Amino acid sequence: MHLIVAKAQLSPNVTRLVVEAPRIAEIRRPGQFVIVRRGPGGERIPLTIADVDKAAGTISLVIQAIGKSTHELTSLNVGEAIQDIAGPLGTPTHLLTSGHAVCVGGGVGTAVVYPIAQALAANGVKVTSIIGGRSKEWVIYEDELRAAGEVIVCTDDGSYGRPGFVTEALKEQCEAGGIDEVFAIGPVPMMRACSELTRPFAIKTTVSLNSIMIDGTGMCGGCRVSVGGKTEYACCDGPEFDGHQVDFRMLADRLNTYREFEQVALERWTEHHANAEAH
Amino acid sequence: MSDSRETDGMDQIADTLAGRAAANREPLPKKERMRIDRGAMPEQNAMARARNFAEVNLGYTEQLAIIEADRCLQCPKPYCVDGCPVSVNIPNFIRLLGEGNIKGAADSLLGDNALPCVTGRVCPQETQCEQVCLRAKTGTPVAIGNLERYVADWAINHTEVFADTKAAPTGKKVAIVGSGPAGLSAAGALAKRGHKVTIFEAFHAAGGVLIYGIPEFRLPKDIVQKEVDRLVADGVEIEHNSIIGKTYTLPELREKFDAVFVAVGAGLPVFMNVPGENLKGVYSANEYLTRVNLMGAYNPDSDTPVLRGQRVAVVGGGNVAMDSVRTARRLGAAESVCVYRRSRAELPARAEEVHHAEQEGVRFDFLVAPTEVLGDEKGWVTGLKCVRMELGEPDASGRRRPVEIPGSEFVFPCDMVVVAIGTKSNPLLTSTSPDLRVNKWGYIEIDDNLQTSMPGVFAGGDIVRGAATVILAMGDGKKAAANIDAYLRGELPAPVAATAAESPDHAAH
Repeated sequence: MHLIVAKAQLSPNVTRLVVEAPRIAEIRRPGQFVIVRRGPGGERIPLTIADVDKAAGTISLVIQAIGKSTHELTSLNVGEAIQDIAGPLGTPTHLLTSGHAVCVGGGVGTAVVYPIAQALAANGVKVTSIIGGRSKEWVIYEDELRAAGEVIVCTDDGSYGRPGFVTEALKEQCEAGGIDEVFAIGPVPMMRACSELTRPFAIKTTVSLNSIMIDGTGMCGGCRVSVGGKTEYACCDGPEFDGHQVDFRMLADRLNTYREFEQVALERWTEHHANAEAH
Repeated sequence: MSDSRETDGMDQIADTLAGRAAANREPLPKKERMRIDRGAMPEQNAMARARNFAEVNLGYTEQLAIIEADRCLQCPKPYCVDGCPVSVNIPNFIRLLGEGNIKGAADSLLGDNALPCVTGRVCPQETQCEQVCLRAKTGTPVAIGNLERYVADWAINHTEVFADTKAAPTGKKVAIVGSGPAGLSAAGALAKRGHKVTIFEAFHAAGGVLIYGIPEFRLPKDIVQKEVDRLVADGVEIEHNSIIGKTYTLPELREKFDAVFVAVGAGLPVFMNVPGENLKGVYSANEYLTRVNLMGAYNPDSDTPVLRGQRVAVVGGGNVAMDSVRTARRLGAAESVCVYRRSRAELPARAEEVHHAEQEGVRFDFLVAPTEVLGDEKGWVTGLKCVRMELGEPDASGRRRPVEIPGSEFVFPCDMVVVAIGTKSNPLLTSTSPDLRVNKWGYIEIDDNLQTSMPGVFAGGDIVRGAATVILAMGDGKKAAANIDAYLRGELPAPVAATAAESPDHAAH
């Protein structure tokens, strides 16, 4: 059992849970994730490790509530516990040791790019972060990223930072030159757009793929993605891949395999939850 | 196995039984034993069970078990024991059962086999103990598997009558990586010898292939849980969610424990490598069965979804393919077809599974090889393009090699495809253990003591053999436990020769 020791609402649908997981806190490296199962009957879901506190033996899970399982996780409170956390999984980020990296985060992906930016900065790499959200309340991890370097905030409605998409800010950075690597992590359309944008500039672009997984160790093959025409497993070959080689259409297709199930499950949960609260 | 029990001779047998006491019965003369026909396993009606996940085989009744036990001739030189990968003293437990001493039968069986509830259900008896049974020469063999199951199920439901047979603590610590049949067998045997055993399991539940692979209708999960509980009661600790190669490395475990047994299984799914294999609706058997079994997706209350195909093609002919094609029927498929590139005679699956599948309305399409998975513009499977095959010359496995018939292409329209053509080694553990020698397929190399290139580290099961059976893995676990015990006492003999895994065979479970 993994006790929840802190909880924070980062945006209207993104929650941070700080949970006890001493072994994972001790050995995890940037880019790695865990598989979490709330309890009996629960789904196994992959979640990035946004941050760790080795001394306290805790890890930070940043969860976007979209389906039943993520809603259940984000409705847990301090003092409650998550039954199963397995990891750390995935291949750690290959970190530059010098030069300039641009870290682009969209939505909850900002929490995934954060540990990478943090580690790059610790390596002495110049880090520019470009993060975005629909409006101000959707922007997360801004202060944390500032500790790693410059942060450019973009909002779709212009309510905070510069108006527009993260791609526009990324384009300006590419045109300015001197970028050694771009990390682009967020929704599939955003990662695809960033990868297409950097392609003509021939800037190495790394994306982190959130495909559907069960075990996270290569056993089920459910997370398979096509990279450079080759089938790879996001759980162990990734989750980070060369954005210029990823078949994003296939990724987006496979991600909606269970959309109908998810909608039904969420409706049932919401109804049940509302009933429970009414009583 | 016949569908209904032959009743010829039943009356005489009933008379014979009635004339003897339930316990301390006199042995039946051989001639009378020979007159008894093999008792069919009572099973759930085929049409009903094709739509539910309850166990197919219902188990012998006490009467059926005792009559069947009387069929055993008590051969002075029992070939059945040689046919058993874990050398169960079969005539002994059957004799005790026939004498009405079921507790004695259970003691005998449990002394030889750590998971008899499991093997009584999933062992390919027809190619092992029952194949060499003397009675098979003139008729049908003694139903050893059914008797094993009967005794084992009695034992697991009467744990209170078994004395604690554990040896005094030795102070030695053994790590076991993986809680499948090899790991559980080794754990039981080592704990009995007084060693402190910790099992590291990657999943949130113990049992390995017994819980994620083999379906509920063939091996109920509460039976596996009871077997696991028995080990825990014997002092075995299980650390769930621990992936060796990620959470800890093998060298780290070796430092913390006096010996290690690696039994991680074969892990990675093999795909066909044909176009369209990443379409939605194509599953590896590993994923399909894990969703349904471990994650309980057959139960509408489970949070884990699984696609419920209406026309399902399962590619492969092993036990995993049978499990998949029968699962698809139970999840509502109107048509569930096993597509196999060789003929019926080469099917590697257990005969009983094939028979049960056919009873449940599964169709077999032999001598067919898929060439492409077809899909629609939204990325969903719409069909499986195949080509017909004919059998040519025997290949390296001794089976006749299937050869494509030119111009025989056809499309099987379907909305789901399950690929069950085997597994390969998972490099997670081995790639983080630089001193651990593996062969060219990534399987761990061992000597005839089952010891790897790392002293004190032993290995067995599918990560050594390639995809094999539960009972072979258990045999490895039992042998490894004996060798680890000898190693811990400083008495492990020098190995005679190193044995490398043979080319991976795809007849898993």
